[in-house]
Amino acid sequence: MDAAAGPAVEIRGVEKRYGAVQALAGVNLEVRRGEFFALLGPNGAGKTTLISALGGLAIPDAGSLAILGHDVRSAYREARRNVGIVPQELVFDPFFTVRETLEIQSGYFGLRDNGPWIAELLDKLALASKANANMRSLSGGMKRRVMVAQALVHRPPVIVLDEPTAGVDVELRQTLWAFVRELNAAGHTIVLTTHYLEEAQELCSRIAMMRDGRIVALDTTANLLAEFSERVLRVKLGCELPATLAATARADAAGWWRIPIENTAHVEDALAKLRAAGATVEALEVAEPELEEVFLRIMRREALVA
Amino acid sequence: MSGFRTLLYKEVLRFWKVSFQTVAAPVLSALLFLLVFSHALSGRLEPFPGVGYAQFLVPGLAMMAMLQNAFANTSSSLIQSKITGNIVFILLPPLGPGEIFAAYLLAALVRAVAVGAGVFAASVWLIPVPVAQPLWIAAFALVGCGICAVLGILAGIWAEKFDQLAAFQNFLVTPLTFLAGVFYSVHSLPPFWQAASHLNPFFYAIDGFRFGFFGQSDVAPGSSLAIATGAFAALSFLTLQLLRSGYKLRN
Repeated sequence: MDAAAGPAVEIRGVEKRYGAVQALAGVNLEVRRGEFFALLGPNGAGKTTLISALGGLAIPDAGSLAILGHDVRSAYREARRNVGIVPQELVFDPFFTVRETLEIQSGYFGLRDNGPWIAELLDKLALASKANANMRSLSGGMKRRVMVAQALVHRPPVIVLDEPTAGVDVELRQTLWAFVRELNAAGHTIVLTTHYLEEAQELCSRIAMMRDGRIVALDTTANLLAEFSERVLRVKLGCELPATLAATARADAAGWWRIPIENTAHVEDALAKLRAAGATVEALEVAEPELEEVFLRIMRREALVA
Repeated sequence: MSGFRTLLYKEVLRFWKVSFQTVAAPVLSALLFLLVFSHALSGRLEPFPGVGYAQFLVPGLAMMAMLQNAFANTSSSLIQSKITGNIVFILLPPLGPGEIFAAYLLAALVRAVAVGAGVFAASVWLIPVPVAQPLWIAAFALVGCGICAVLGILAGIWAEKFDQLAAFQNFLVTPLTFLAGVFYSVHSLPPFWQAASHLNPFFYAIDGFRFGFFGQSDVAPGSSLAIATGAFAALSFLTLQLLRSGYKLRN
Protein backbone atom coordinates (compact mmCIF):
# COMPACT_ATOMS: atom_id res chain seq x y z
CA MET A 1 0.00 0.00 0.00
CA ASP A 2 1.18 3.51 -0.73
CA ALA A 3 1.88 4.90 2.72
CA ALA A 4 1.79 8.47 1.41
CA ALA A 5 -1.76 8.30 0.08
CA GLY A 6 -3.71 5.99 2.37
CA PRO A 7 -5.82 6.79 5.39
CA ALA A 8 -4.34 8.01 8.66
CA VAL A 9 -5.71 5.00 10.51
CA GLU A 10 -6.85 1.76 8.89
CA ILE A 11 -8.44 -0.97 10.98
CA ARG A 12 -9.47 -4.24 9.33
CA GLY A 13 -11.41 -7.04 11.01
CA VAL A 14 -9.86 -6.53 14.42
CA GLU A 15 -10.92 -8.97 17.10
CA LYS A 16 -9.80 -9.19 20.69
CA ARG A 17 -11.08 -11.43 23.44
CA TYR A 18 -10.28 -11.26 27.16
CA GLY A 19 -11.43 -14.59 28.58
CA ALA A 20 -15.19 -14.74 28.11
CA VAL A 21 -15.42 -11.10 27.06
CA GLN A 22 -15.32 -10.29 23.35
CA ALA A 23 -13.81 -6.80 23.64
CA LEU A 24 -13.54 -6.28 19.87
CA ALA A 25 -15.74 -8.27 17.53
CA GLY A 26 -14.46 -7.54 14.03
CA VAL A 27 -13.89 -3.80 13.87
CA ASN A 28 -13.41 -2.14 10.49
CA LEU A 29 -12.67 1.56 10.44
CA GLU A 30 -10.78 4.16 8.46
CA VAL A 31 -9.83 7.59 9.71
CA ARG A 32 -8.86 9.98 6.94
CA ARG A 33 -5.83 12.20 7.03
CA GLY A 34 -6.42 15.53 8.71
CA GLU A 35 -9.75 14.49 10.23
CA PHE A 36 -10.95 15.40 13.69
CA PHE A 37 -12.60 12.07 14.42
CA ALA A 38 -14.60 10.93 17.44
CA LEU A 39 -14.88 7.38 18.67
CA LEU A 40 -17.85 7.22 21.02
CA GLY A 41 -19.52 4.51 22.99
CA PRO A 42 -20.63 3.51 26.47
CA ASN A 43 -18.17 2.11 29.01
CA GLY A 44 -17.03 -1.33 27.93
CA ALA A 45 -17.81 -0.72 24.26
CA GLY A 46 -14.23 -1.49 23.25
CA LYS A 47 -12.91 2.01 22.53
CA THR A 48 -9.89 1.77 24.81
CA THR A 49 -9.10 -1.76 23.65
CA LEU A 50 -9.15 -0.53 20.06
CA ILE A 51 -6.85 2.36 20.94
CA SER A 52 -4.58 -0.01 22.84
CA ALA A 53 -4.35 -2.23 19.77
CA LEU A 54 -3.53 0.84 17.69
CA GLY A 55 -0.67 1.75 20.01
CA GLY A 56 0.66 -1.79 20.35
CA LEU A 57 -0.44 -1.99 23.99
CA ALA A 58 -2.69 -4.93 23.17
CA ILE A 59 -2.12 -7.56 20.50
CA PRO A 60 -5.33 -8.39 18.61
CA ASP A 61 -6.42 -11.99 18.11
CA ALA A 62 -7.29 -11.28 14.48
CA GLY A 63 -7.26 -8.46 11.95
CA SER A 64 -4.80 -5.69 11.22
CA LEU A 65 -4.22 -2.08 12.15
CA ALA A 66 -2.10 0.44 10.33
CA ILE A 67 -1.08 4.03 10.95
CA LEU A 68 -0.30 5.99 7.80
CA GLY A 69 0.08 2.66 6.03
CA HIS A 70 2.49 1.19 8.59
CA ASP A 71 1.23 -2.02 10.16
CA VAL A 72 1.33 -1.70 13.94
CA ARG A 73 2.94 -5.13 14.31
CA SER A 74 5.15 -5.80 11.31
CA ALA A 75 6.27 -2.16 11.01
CA TYR A 76 5.81 -1.19 14.64
CA ARG A 77 8.65 1.30 14.76
CA GLU A 78 7.28 3.41 11.90
CA ALA A 79 3.71 3.03 13.13
CA ARG A 80 4.60 4.18 16.65
CA ARG A 81 6.67 7.12 15.37
CA ASN A 82 3.57 8.34 13.57
CA VAL A 83 1.11 8.17 16.43
CA GLY A 84 0.87 9.87 19.81
CA ILE A 85 -1.55 8.29 22.25
CA VAL A 86 -2.81 9.90 25.45
CA PRO A 87 -3.96 6.96 27.59
CA GLN A 88 -7.20 7.25 29.51
CA GLU A 89 -5.77 6.25 32.87
CA LEU A 90 -3.90 8.95 34.77
CA VAL A 91 -0.39 7.54 34.99
CA PHE A 92 3.00 9.07 35.68
CA ASP A 93 6.51 8.17 36.79
CA PRO A 94 7.03 9.52 40.33
CA PHE A 95 10.82 9.58 40.05
CA PHE A 96 11.06 12.47 37.62
CA THR A 97 10.27 16.14 37.09
CA VAL A 98 7.99 17.35 34.30
CA ARG A 99 10.94 18.38 32.13
CA GLU A 100 12.81 15.11 32.75
CA THR A 101 9.65 13.19 31.87
CA LEU A 102 9.37 14.99 28.53
CA GLU A 103 13.09 14.75 27.76
CA ILE A 104 13.05 11.02 28.49
CA GLN A 105 9.95 10.52 26.35
CA SER A 106 11.66 12.42 23.50
CA GLY A 107 14.69 10.18 23.86
CA TYR A 108 12.57 7.05 23.47
CA PHE A 109 11.70 8.36 20.01
CA GLY A 110 15.37 8.98 19.26
CA LEU A 111 14.99 12.76 19.49
CA ARG A 112 17.93 14.79 20.67
CA ASP A 113 17.79 18.48 21.38
CA ASN A 114 14.01 18.52 21.59
CA GLY A 115 14.18 21.44 24.03
CA PRO A 116 12.45 24.10 21.87
CA TRP A 117 9.44 21.86 21.17
CA ILE A 118 9.29 20.77 24.83
CA ALA A 119 9.31 24.45 25.84
CA GLU A 120 6.47 25.12 23.39
CA LEU A 121 4.46 22.18 24.71
CA LEU A 122 4.97 23.36 28.28
CA ASP A 123 3.84 26.82 27.27
CA LYS A 124 0.80 25.68 25.24
CA LEU A 125 -0.36 23.37 28.00
CA ALA A 126 0.26 25.93 30.76
CA LEU A 127 2.92 23.78 32.41
CA ALA A 128 5.93 26.10 32.09
CA SER A 129 5.86 27.10 35.77
CA LYS A 130 5.88 23.42 36.76
CA ALA A 131 8.71 22.32 34.46
CA ASN A 132 11.04 21.50 37.33
CA ALA A 133 8.40 20.16 39.71
CA ASN A 134 8.31 16.46 40.52
CA MET A 135 5.40 14.66 38.90
CA ARG A 136 4.13 13.59 42.33
CA SER A 137 3.54 17.19 43.34
CA LEU A 138 1.21 17.99 40.42
CA SER A 139 -2.57 18.10 40.56
CA GLY A 140 -4.58 15.58 38.55
CA GLY A 141 -5.28 18.13 35.82
CA MET A 142 -1.60 18.99 35.52
CA LYS A 143 -0.62 15.33 35.34
CA ARG A 144 -3.18 14.93 32.53
CA ARG A 145 -1.57 17.84 30.68
CA VAL A 146 1.87 16.23 31.04
CA MET A 147 0.43 13.05 29.53
CA VAL A 148 -0.79 15.08 26.57
CA ALA A 149 2.66 16.64 26.23
CA GLN A 150 4.28 13.18 26.42
CA ALA A 151 2.11 11.98 23.55
CA LEU A 152 3.13 14.99 21.46
CA VAL A 153 6.90 15.14 22.09
CA HIS A 154 7.64 13.48 18.75
CA ARG A 155 5.15 15.65 16.79
CA PRO A 156 3.10 12.65 15.63
CA PRO A 157 0.94 13.16 12.54
CA VAL A 158 -1.81 11.09 14.19
CA ILE A 159 -2.90 11.98 17.72
CA VAL A 160 -5.22 9.75 19.74
CA LEU A 161 -6.80 11.20 22.85
CA ASP A 162 -8.58 8.65 25.04
CA GLU A 163 -10.91 10.70 27.24
CA PRO A 164 -8.38 13.48 27.75
CA THR A 165 -10.80 15.72 29.63
CA ALA A 166 -12.13 13.18 32.14
CA GLY A 167 -12.16 14.88 35.52
CA VAL A 168 -10.54 18.01 34.16
CA ASP A 169 -11.66 21.55 34.94
CA VAL A 170 -13.26 23.84 32.38
CA GLU A 171 -10.22 26.08 31.95
CA LEU A 172 -7.95 23.19 31.11
CA ARG A 173 -10.49 21.73 28.70
CA GLN A 174 -10.57 24.99 26.82
CA THR A 175 -6.77 25.29 26.83
CA LEU A 176 -6.47 21.72 25.64
CA TRP A 177 -9.08 21.98 22.90
CA ALA A 178 -7.63 25.24 21.63
CA PHE A 179 -4.26 23.55 21.30
CA VAL A 180 -5.68 20.40 19.71
CA ARG A 181 -7.66 22.48 17.22
CA GLU A 182 -4.43 24.28 16.36
CA LEU A 183 -2.70 20.94 15.78
CA ASN A 184 -5.60 19.74 13.63
CA ALA A 185 -5.48 22.95 11.60
CA ALA A 186 -1.77 22.32 11.08
CA GLY A 187 -2.61 18.95 9.49
CA HIS A 188 -2.52 16.51 12.39
CA THR A 189 -5.19 13.83 12.40
CA ILE A 190 -7.03 13.71 15.70
CA VAL A 191 -8.91 10.71 17.07
CA LEU A 192 -10.84 11.46 20.22
CA THR A 193 -12.86 9.43 22.66
CA THR A 194 -14.93 11.26 25.21
CA HIS A 195 -18.04 10.93 27.33
CA TYR A 196 -18.63 14.67 26.91
CA LEU A 197 -20.70 14.42 23.73
CA GLU A 198 -21.00 18.18 23.34
CA GLU A 199 -17.21 18.24 22.91
CA ALA A 200 -17.36 15.64 20.17
CA GLN A 201 -20.24 17.48 18.47
CA GLU A 202 -18.36 20.75 18.53
CA LEU A 203 -14.94 19.46 17.52
CA CYS A 204 -15.33 16.41 15.31
CA SER A 205 -16.26 16.24 11.68
CA ARG A 206 -16.89 12.49 11.67
CA ILE A 207 -18.01 10.10 14.35
CA ALA A 208 -17.96 6.36 14.91
CA MET A 209 -20.06 4.84 17.66
CA MET A 210 -19.15 1.54 19.25
CA ARG A 211 -21.11 -0.93 21.30
CA ASP A 212 -20.15 -4.44 22.41
CA GLY A 213 -16.92 -4.37 20.43
CA ARG A 214 -18.54 -3.34 17.12
CA ILE A 215 -18.92 -0.12 15.16
CA VAL A 216 -22.68 0.53 15.19
CA ALA A 217 -22.71 3.95 13.50
CA LEU A 218 -20.24 5.78 11.31
CA ASP A 219 -20.97 9.03 9.54
CA THR A 220 -20.29 12.73 9.49
CA THR A 221 -21.45 14.59 12.56
CA ALA A 222 -23.89 16.58 10.41
CA ASN A 223 -25.45 13.45 8.91
CA LEU A 224 -25.83 11.74 12.26
CA LEU A 225 -27.49 14.81 13.73
CA ALA A 226 -29.79 15.14 10.75
CA GLU A 227 -30.80 11.49 10.86
CA PHE A 228 -31.13 10.86 14.56
CA SER A 229 -31.81 14.22 16.13
CA GLU A 230 -33.99 17.23 15.39
CA ARG A 231 -34.48 20.84 16.23
CA VAL A 232 -37.15 21.10 18.91
CA LEU A 233 -39.13 23.75 20.67
CA ARG A 234 -38.76 23.10 24.39
CA VAL A 235 -41.56 24.51 26.50
CA LYS A 236 -42.27 24.47 30.19
CA LEU A 237 -46.00 24.57 30.80
CA GLY A 238 -47.98 25.61 33.85
CA CYS A 239 -50.75 23.22 32.82
CA GLU A 240 -51.45 19.97 30.99
CA LEU A 241 -50.22 19.52 27.40
CA PRO A 242 -52.95 20.49 24.94
CA ALA A 243 -54.41 17.50 23.05
CA THR A 244 -53.55 19.13 19.73
CA LEU A 245 -49.84 18.63 20.48
CA ALA A 246 -50.06 15.22 22.13
CA ALA A 247 -49.15 13.35 18.95
CA THR A 248 -45.82 15.10 18.42
CA ALA A 249 -44.62 16.37 21.80
CA ARG A 250 -42.81 14.29 24.37
CA ALA A 251 -41.58 15.07 27.85
CA ASP A 252 -37.86 15.18 28.64
CA ALA A 253 -36.09 14.37 31.87
CA ALA A 254 -36.36 17.96 33.12
CA GLY A 255 -40.16 17.95 32.80
CA TRP A 256 -40.19 20.18 29.71
CA TRP A 257 -42.12 19.30 26.55
CA ARG A 258 -40.13 18.78 23.36
CA ILE A 259 -42.04 19.69 20.20
CA PRO A 260 -40.21 18.85 16.93
CA ILE A 261 -39.89 21.77 14.52
CA GLU A 262 -38.38 21.92 11.07
CA ASN A 263 -38.34 25.67 10.62
CA THR A 264 -39.46 28.91 12.23
CA ALA A 265 -42.98 28.56 10.76
CA HIS A 266 -43.42 25.40 12.84
CA VAL A 267 -42.52 27.42 15.95
CA GLU A 268 -45.39 29.80 15.13
CA ASP A 269 -47.77 26.83 14.63
CA ALA A 270 -46.82 25.23 17.92
CA LEU A 271 -47.17 28.48 19.86
CA ALA A 272 -50.53 29.12 18.19
CA LYS A 273 -51.77 25.69 19.32
CA LEU A 274 -50.63 26.41 22.85
CA ARG A 275 -52.34 29.81 22.84
CA ALA A 276 -55.52 28.34 21.35
CA ALA A 277 -55.67 25.75 24.13
CA GLY A 278 -55.15 28.46 26.73
CA ALA A 279 -51.91 26.85 27.94
CA THR A 280 -49.66 28.82 30.25
CA VAL A 281 -46.10 28.88 28.86
CA GLU A 282 -43.68 29.46 31.75
CA ALA A 283 -40.51 29.19 29.66
CA LEU A 284 -39.49 28.25 26.15
CA GLU A 285 -36.41 27.78 24.00
CA VAL A 286 -35.45 26.42 20.60
CA ALA A 287 -33.02 23.52 21.10
CA GLU A 288 -30.60 22.57 18.35
CA PRO A 289 -30.03 18.90 17.45
CA GLU A 290 -27.84 17.22 20.04
CA LEU A 291 -25.33 14.45 19.67
CA GLU A 292 -26.40 13.11 23.04
CA GLU A 293 -29.81 12.37 21.57
CA VAL A 294 -28.21 10.70 18.55
CA PHE A 295 -26.04 8.63 20.85
CA LEU A 296 -28.92 7.53 23.04
CA ARG A 297 -31.12 6.64 20.09
CA ILE A 298 -28.41 4.57 18.43
CA MET A 299 -27.53 2.79 21.67
CA ARG A 300 -31.22 2.03 22.35
CA ARG A 301 -31.62 0.72 18.80
CA GLU A 302 -28.57 -1.53 19.23
CA ALA A 303 -29.85 -2.75 22.60
CA LEU A 304 -33.09 -3.81 20.90
CA VAL A 305 -31.15 -5.56 18.12
CA ALA A 306 -29.03 -7.37 20.72
CA MET B 1 19.66 10.01 21.84
CA SER B 2 18.52 6.55 20.81
CA GLY B 3 15.62 4.89 22.54
CA PHE B 4 17.90 2.30 24.11
CA ARG B 5 20.29 4.88 25.54
CA THR B 6 17.41 6.90 26.92
CA LEU B 7 15.82 3.90 28.61
CA LEU B 8 19.21 2.95 30.07
CA TYR B 9 19.71 6.53 31.30
CA LYS B 10 16.22 6.61 32.78
CA GLU B 11 16.69 3.28 34.55
CA VAL B 12 20.04 4.40 36.02
CA LEU B 13 18.58 7.76 37.03
CA ARG B 14 15.63 5.97 38.65
CA PHE B 15 17.79 4.07 41.15
CA TRP B 16 20.36 6.83 41.50
CA LYS B 17 17.71 9.30 42.66
CA VAL B 18 17.07 7.01 45.61
CA SER B 19 20.66 5.80 45.98
CA PHE B 20 20.48 5.91 49.77
CA GLN B 21 17.99 3.08 49.53
CA THR B 22 19.32 1.33 46.43
CA VAL B 23 23.08 1.53 46.95
CA ALA B 24 24.00 2.72 50.46
CA ALA B 25 21.53 0.46 52.30
CA PRO B 26 22.72 -2.81 50.73
CA VAL B 27 26.34 -1.79 51.34
CA LEU B 28 25.54 -1.28 55.02
CA SER B 29 23.69 -4.62 55.21
CA ALA B 30 26.67 -6.45 53.72
CA LEU B 31 29.01 -4.76 56.17
CA LEU B 32 26.82 -5.81 59.07
CA PHE B 33 26.90 -9.41 57.84
CA LEU B 34 30.67 -9.14 57.55
CA LEU B 35 31.15 -7.75 61.05
CA VAL B 36 28.86 -10.28 62.72
CA PHE B 37 29.96 -13.39 60.83
CA SER B 38 33.66 -12.59 60.80
CA HIS B 39 33.53 -12.08 64.57
CA ALA B 40 31.31 -15.07 65.35
CA LEU B 41 33.20 -17.47 63.07
CA SER B 42 36.70 -16.08 63.45
CA GLY B 43 38.06 -19.35 64.90
CA ARG B 44 36.79 -21.40 61.96
CA LEU B 45 39.24 -23.33 59.80
CA GLU B 46 40.63 -21.57 56.76
CA PRO B 47 38.25 -22.25 53.84
CA PHE B 48 41.20 -22.12 51.42
CA PRO B 49 44.85 -22.55 52.39
CA GLY B 50 46.22 -19.17 53.46
CA VAL B 51 42.81 -17.45 53.29
CA GLY B 52 41.20 -16.47 56.61
CA TYR B 53 37.47 -16.82 57.08
CA ALA B 54 36.85 -13.07 57.18
CA GLN B 55 38.81 -12.61 53.96
CA PHE B 56 36.89 -15.46 52.38
CA LEU B 57 33.66 -13.79 53.34
CA VAL B 58 34.33 -10.41 51.68
CA PRO B 59 33.99 -11.41 47.99
CA GLY B 60 31.06 -13.69 48.79
CA LEU B 61 29.14 -10.95 50.56
CA ALA B 62 29.99 -8.44 47.85
CA MET B 63 28.74 -10.83 45.17
CA MET B 64 25.58 -11.70 47.12
CA ALA B 65 24.76 -8.00 47.50
CA MET B 66 25.42 -7.45 43.80
CA LEU B 67 23.25 -10.40 42.75
CA GLN B 68 20.34 -9.38 44.96
CA ASN B 69 20.49 -5.76 43.83
CA ALA B 70 20.71 -6.68 40.17
CA PHE B 71 17.50 -8.67 40.64
CA ALA B 72 15.89 -5.90 42.68
CA ASN B 73 16.62 -3.24 40.07
CA THR B 74 14.97 -4.87 37.09
CA SER B 75 12.14 -6.56 38.96
CA SER B 76 11.12 -3.55 41.06
CA SER B 77 11.27 -1.16 38.13
CA LEU B 78 9.06 -3.37 35.97
CA ILE B 79 6.51 -4.24 38.62
CA GLN B 80 6.21 -0.61 39.73
CA SER B 81 5.72 0.49 36.14
CA LYS B 82 3.14 -2.23 35.55
CA ILE B 83 1.17 -1.58 38.70
CA THR B 84 1.23 2.21 38.42
CA GLY B 85 0.53 1.94 34.69
CA ASN B 86 3.44 4.08 33.53
CA ILE B 87 4.82 1.10 31.59
CA VAL B 88 2.77 2.52 28.70
CA PHE B 89 5.40 5.24 28.27
CA ILE B 90 7.91 2.52 27.40
CA LEU B 91 5.51 0.36 25.38
CA LEU B 92 4.15 3.16 23.16
CA PRO B 93 7.48 4.41 21.71
CA PRO B 94 9.30 2.52 18.95
CA LEU B 95 11.52 0.54 21.33
CA GLY B 96 12.26 -3.01 20.25
CA PRO B 97 12.27 -5.99 22.65
CA GLY B 98 16.08 -6.18 22.41
CA GLU B 99 16.46 -2.52 23.35
CA ILE B 100 14.14 -2.85 26.33
CA PHE B 101 15.94 -6.00 27.46
CA ALA B 102 19.43 -4.52 27.10
CA ALA B 103 18.55 -1.23 28.82
CA TYR B 104 17.04 -2.92 31.87
CA LEU B 105 19.92 -5.40 32.02
CA LEU B 106 22.68 -2.79 31.80
CA ALA B 107 21.05 -0.47 34.34
CA ALA B 108 20.87 -3.39 36.77
CA LEU B 109 24.56 -4.12 36.15
CA VAL B 110 25.42 -0.48 36.87
CA ARG B 111 23.59 -0.68 40.21
CA ALA B 112 25.13 -4.04 41.03
CA VAL B 113 28.65 -2.79 40.30
CA ALA B 114 28.01 0.35 42.40
CA VAL B 115 26.86 -1.81 45.31
CA GLY B 116 29.72 -4.30 44.88
CA ALA B 117 32.31 -1.52 44.71
CA GLY B 118 30.78 0.03 47.81
CA VAL B 119 30.88 -3.24 49.75
CA PHE B 120 34.43 -3.96 48.68
CA ALA B 121 35.71 -0.44 49.35
CA ALA B 122 34.15 -0.40 52.82
CA SER B 123 35.29 -3.95 53.64
CA VAL B 124 38.94 -3.64 52.72
CA TRP B 125 39.38 -0.98 55.40
CA LEU B 126 38.55 -3.68 57.94
CA ILE B 127 39.81 -6.82 56.22
CA PRO B 128 42.50 -6.59 53.53
CA VAL B 129 41.68 -8.82 50.56
CA PRO B 130 44.07 -9.57 47.68
CA VAL B 131 43.03 -9.09 44.05
CA ALA B 132 44.70 -11.92 42.15
CA GLN B 133 42.87 -11.92 38.80
CA PRO B 134 40.81 -8.77 38.15
CA LEU B 135 39.53 -9.97 34.78
CA TRP B 136 37.95 -13.05 36.36
CA ILE B 137 36.39 -10.78 38.97
CA ALA B 138 34.87 -8.59 36.25
CA ALA B 139 33.72 -11.54 34.15
CA PHE B 140 31.95 -13.33 37.01
CA ALA B 141 30.48 -10.11 38.36
CA LEU B 142 28.93 -9.33 34.98
CA VAL B 143 27.68 -12.83 34.21
CA GLY B 144 26.39 -13.51 37.73
CA CYS B 145 24.64 -10.17 37.99
CA GLY B 146 23.42 -10.63 34.43
CA ILE B 147 21.66 -13.85 35.47
CA CYS B 148 19.98 -12.05 38.36
CA ALA B 149 19.06 -9.01 36.30
CA VAL B 150 17.41 -11.24 33.68
CA LEU B 151 15.63 -13.22 36.40
CA GLY B 152 14.38 -9.83 37.64
CA ILE B 153 13.04 -8.98 34.19
CA LEU B 154 11.30 -12.37 34.04
CA ALA B 155 9.83 -11.90 37.50
CA GLY B 156 8.78 -8.34 36.66
CA ILE B 157 7.03 -9.52 33.50
CA TRP B 158 5.35 -12.49 35.20
CA ALA B 159 4.29 -10.94 38.52
CA GLU B 160 1.04 -9.02 38.61
CA LYS B 161 1.23 -8.08 42.27
CA PHE B 162 4.00 -7.11 44.67
CA ASP B 163 3.48 -10.25 46.75
CA GLN B 164 4.06 -12.46 43.71
CA LEU B 165 7.33 -10.65 43.12
CA ALA B 166 8.23 -10.95 46.81
CA ALA B 167 7.56 -14.70 46.58
CA PHE B 168 9.89 -14.96 43.58
CA GLN B 169 12.57 -13.10 45.51
CA ASN B 170 12.12 -14.73 48.92
CA PHE B 171 11.61 -18.31 47.77
CA LEU B 172 13.96 -18.44 44.80
CA VAL B 173 16.53 -15.69 44.49
CA THR B 174 17.43 -15.22 48.17
CA PRO B 175 17.80 -18.97 48.96
CA LEU B 176 19.80 -19.57 45.79
CA THR B 177 22.18 -16.70 46.53
CA PHE B 178 22.46 -17.51 50.27
CA LEU B 179 23.16 -21.17 49.54
CA ALA B 180 25.69 -20.49 46.82
CA GLY B 181 28.75 -20.62 49.05
CA VAL B 182 28.76 -17.05 50.30
CA PHE B 183 29.45 -18.11 53.88
CA TYR B 184 31.32 -21.38 53.32
CA SER B 185 33.33 -23.39 50.85
CA VAL B 186 31.15 -26.14 49.41
CA HIS B 187 33.97 -28.59 50.13
CA SER B 188 33.05 -28.28 53.77
CA LEU B 189 29.51 -29.57 53.04
CA PRO B 190 28.26 -33.19 53.17
CA PRO B 191 28.36 -34.91 49.74
CA PHE B 192 24.63 -34.48 49.08
CA TRP B 193 24.70 -30.73 49.64
CA GLN B 194 27.92 -30.44 47.65
CA ALA B 195 26.12 -32.06 44.73
CA ALA B 196 23.04 -29.88 45.26
CA SER B 197 25.18 -26.75 45.28
CA HIS B 198 26.52 -27.70 41.86
CA LEU B 199 23.00 -27.35 40.45
CA ASN B 200 22.88 -23.73 41.58
CA PRO B 201 24.19 -21.32 38.91
CA PHE B 202 24.97 -18.72 41.56
CA PHE B 203 27.40 -21.11 43.18
CA TYR B 204 29.54 -20.93 40.04
CA ALA B 205 29.24 -17.14 39.90
CA ILE B 206 30.36 -16.70 43.52
CA ASP B 207 33.04 -19.39 43.35
CA GLY B 208 34.51 -17.91 40.18
CA PHE B 209 34.25 -14.38 41.55
CA ARG B 210 36.18 -15.49 44.63
CA PHE B 211 38.80 -17.10 42.40
CA GLY B 212 39.51 -13.65 41.02
CA PHE B 213 40.52 -12.50 44.50
CA PHE B 214 42.36 -15.52 45.92
CA GLY B 215 43.38 -17.51 42.87
CA GLN B 216 41.66 -20.53 44.50
CA SER B 217 38.21 -21.97 43.99
CA ASP B 218 36.11 -25.10 44.44
CA VAL B 219 35.57 -25.44 40.66
CA ALA B 220 37.91 -24.48 37.81
CA PRO B 221 37.00 -20.88 36.85
CA GLY B 222 36.74 -21.65 33.15
CA SER B 223 34.11 -24.31 33.85
CA SER B 224 32.26 -22.00 36.22
CA LEU B 225 32.23 -19.21 33.66
CA ALA B 226 30.94 -21.55 30.95
CA ILE B 227 28.10 -22.79 33.16
CA ALA B 228 27.16 -19.31 34.40
CA THR B 229 27.26 -17.92 30.86
CA GLY B 230 25.10 -20.79 29.66
CA ALA B 231 22.53 -20.03 32.34
CA PHE B 232 22.62 -16.35 31.42
CA ALA B 233 22.19 -17.10 27.72
CA ALA B 234 19.28 -19.49 28.32
CA LEU B 235 17.44 -17.06 30.59
CA SER B 236 18.11 -14.18 28.18
CA PHE B 237 16.70 -16.17 25.28
CA LEU B 238 13.55 -17.01 27.23
CA THR B 239 13.11 -13.39 28.37
CA LEU B 240 13.57 -12.01 24.87
CA GLN B 241 10.97 -14.44 23.58
CA LEU B 242 8.52 -13.24 26.23
CA LEU B 243 9.24 -9.60 25.40
CA ARG B 244 8.74 -10.30 21.69
CA SER B 245 5.43 -12.02 22.35
CA GLY B 246 4.19 -9.19 24.57
CA TYR B 247 3.41 -11.73 27.33
CA LYS B 248 1.69 -9.92 30.22
CA LEU B 249 2.91 -6.56 28.93
CA ARG B 250 0.99 -5.98 25.72
CA ASN B 251 -2.38 -7.40 26.70
